Amino acid sequence: MDGGAFSGSRPVVGPDPAEAVRPRTVQRETPLYADRPRIYPKAVDGTMRRIKWALLGLLLGIYYFVPWLRWDRGPGAPDQAVLIDMPSRRAYFFWIEIWPQEVYYLAGLLILAALALFLATSLFGRVWCGYACPQTVWTDLFMWVERRIEGDRGARIRLDAAPLSVAKAFKKVSKHAAWLVIALFTGGAWIMYFNDAPTVVGELFTGQASTTVYFFVGLFTATTYLLAGWAREQVCTYMCPWPRIQGALLDENSLLVTYQTWRGEPRGKYRKNENWEGRGHCIDCRQCVAVCPTGIDIRDGLQLECIGCGLCIDACNEVMDKVGLPRSLITFDTEYNQTLRAAGKPPVYRLVRPRTIIYVVLIVLIASVMLWSLAARSTVDLNVLHERNPLFVTLSDGGIRNGYTIKILNKLREARDFTLTLDGPPAARMSIVGGPEDVTEATLAAGPDSVVTYQIHVRLPREAIAAETMPVTFEITDAARGETARHEAVFRAPEP
Amino acid sequence: MPTKGEKDAISGTETTGHEWDGIKELNTPLPRWWLYVFYATIAWSVVWWILYPAIPGITDYSRGILGYDQRAELRETMATARAAQAEFLERIAAASLEEIHADPDLRSFAIAGGRTAFADNCATCHGLGGSGQAGGYPVLADDDWLWGGTLDDIHETIRYGIRHEPAETRVSEMPAFGALEMLTPDQISDVAEHVQSLSGMSVDAAAAERGATIYAENCAMCHGENGQGDRQLGAPRLDDQIWLYGGEKDDIVRQVTRPAHGVMPAWGDRLSPELVKMLTVYVHTLGGGE
Repeated sequence: MDGGAFSGSRPVVGPDPAEAVRPRTVQRETPLYADRPRIYPKAVDGTMRRIKWALLGLLLGIYYFVPWLRWDRGPGAPDQAVLIDMPSRRAYFFWIEIWPQEVYYLAGLLILAALALFLATSLFGRVWCGYACPQTVWTDLFMWVERRIEGDRGARIRLDAAPLSVAKAFKKVSKHAAWLVIALFTGGAWIMYFNDAPTVVGELFTGQASTTVYFFVGLFTATTYLLAGWAREQVCTYMCPWPRIQGALLDENSLLVTYQTWRGEPRGKYRKNENWEGRGHCIDCRQCVAVCPTGIDIRDGLQLECIGCGLCIDACNEVMDKVGLPRSLITFDTEYNQTLRAAGKPPVYRLVRPRTIIYVVLIVLIASVMLWSLAARSTVDLNVLHERNPLFVTLSDGGIRNGYTIKILNKLREARDFTLTLDGPPAARMSIVGGPEDVTEATLAAGPDSVVTYQIHVRLPREAIAAETMPVTFEITDAARGETARHEAVFRAPEP
Repeated sequence: MPTKGEKDAISGTETTGHEWDGIKELNTPLPRWWLYVFYATIAWSVVWWILYPAIPGITDYSRGILGYDQRAELRETMATARAAQAEFLERIAAASLEEIHADPDLRSFAIAGGRTAFADNCATCHGLGGSGQAGGYPVLADDDWLWGGTLDDIHETIRYGIRHEPAETRVSEMPAFGALEMLTPDQISDVAEHVQSLSGMSVDAAAAERGATIYAENCAMCHGENGQGDRQLGAPRLDDQIWLYGGEKDDIVRQVTRPAHGVMPAWGDRLSPELVKMLTVYVHTLGGGE
């Protein structure tokens, strides 16, 4: 904490005789805690910016619009296309309905997303960070609002430096109000993925929604406002692990936002009609720095803070056009090509590399497994739990009886009858508590979209006991649909 | 601890001045707001102390202005749970045992409640799931019953107990044939051979034949001519494979010489009538219900 008071001024200490008499706390050059450098990203126009706007519109559109899509699942079932229904423990995605025990589909989806991210990063650098990450999208939206109200970079710097006035207060208040409204809508949209959208919107405004709903709307309003309005690039540099991981995913063939040093250096100010001989193309106008949303200088090379949005490319191209030089002094290029270009050789692009092949193969593999398991997914499941207390019961005729709890999962929204068959030693007979006794086959009912539990006793005459553990298989069949589920269990007995 | 700044030779970054076994920490400044978040958590903890119980005293503790109490919360939760059960308990109270057993909703409620009550009260002797214990604690999951396995029989046994206080308690006593010298040790040995033969064990045929006469005169009245037992008297079956006190000859000799008698407490005055009914249905579904 001792460096705290000097963080802004950074006193430079050298071999100074006065050093000995200074308070000990002053003897540090770098503060322990750093103030955030204020960043005023300048507006820019160009290809990258337009792609970024288009993606911003598309992604926000998906986010706000999807909860309103309807999908008819018949009576009694929610008709929202994408819905995570926590109280009923079901997740819906159009025609897919996921039960809690099938949450591995979500795990699979996350693994796919991670691999897709790895692939994109190894090919094109941090495009996710620059274009698609919610933090980037909302920050961009918030900056757009800020620019509308407070003006562009210069105006904002002047405004912040100006003493408080009615006009300044009005601008600041309206900016934060606008941010809060957007944040509120963000939080509001989030809860629609967990509630029926039209219903919950009505409840929200009439004050009838549950405390949970208000809590989460409030939570996401607050986080959106803080992260996109205040924290911004600090989320990327301090909170997010991705900038640290990406180093392992990039190689010399990844396309990165690159300042072409060999062409730009030595940099220097440019006056009209000056000769370009013996100097680089960078005119040190610092436009690339002015537009950077994380406030870095791309000319320092690849940095942790660079989110790969390419806005500096747009800014630099604009300047290059003005001074009549070719574009792409800053461009998407690979490290390897930079060495080639510096040596005057043609660039080589290697998108197909062992690294990218592995990612693609993994993605295809996992996606096929998931698709296959989704397609082959049964609408019925059977769980059998062998009774352990007691493990087996000796009957008065010396026979042995085992208990089982069976659970039938009927994933259809209609009541169904299942035929339960016991496949084990020929002499084995089962009794269903509250149902038929001493049978090898029984009909069990299962209500719509539910789990039903039955207690089953299986008995075996003493003579039929062949081993301490004997396999038995339970099978349920829905004859009408031709669906079957099996479960292998064991029959325990004393030593024969 | 030195606070003097020192530059790392390789990275050119200043160190914090902290050193562990020659390893020095580079000073990479944290954002200042991070520090403020730390202060904010300290401030929040003070708010927490004021709102919630926090500071221990000698005999009491600070209660906090919200008046929050975990015990009170537990009481509330329990009250809510009881209210939710009330409807079922009323129906259990009103219904006969057969009605409870026949109604799927009531049955599963009774089994769930019965299982818990069984684990709390009965499992000490009868084992979890009614698995019984050697030495006189009957298995409740099998099809052999001393006093009967119908719903009503089980209900009466639970309610009044066996050889316990209530006037209605189930009671019977086997004479101590050996201790009272009603039979000689030889006779007891013979009768044990005969008893073993009733369930098809291989025995000394001559001794068993001698024992048969003794059995007919002394034992058959309660245990039945062929050892089929008598549930009215709680006299165990002797012709099956289930032995309460063991089926070896020594076990039988001991039991005839000086019989052990189990005692089961009456639960009717300890548990609510509804719970006794639920226990009855639960025990009935363990596998031996008649």
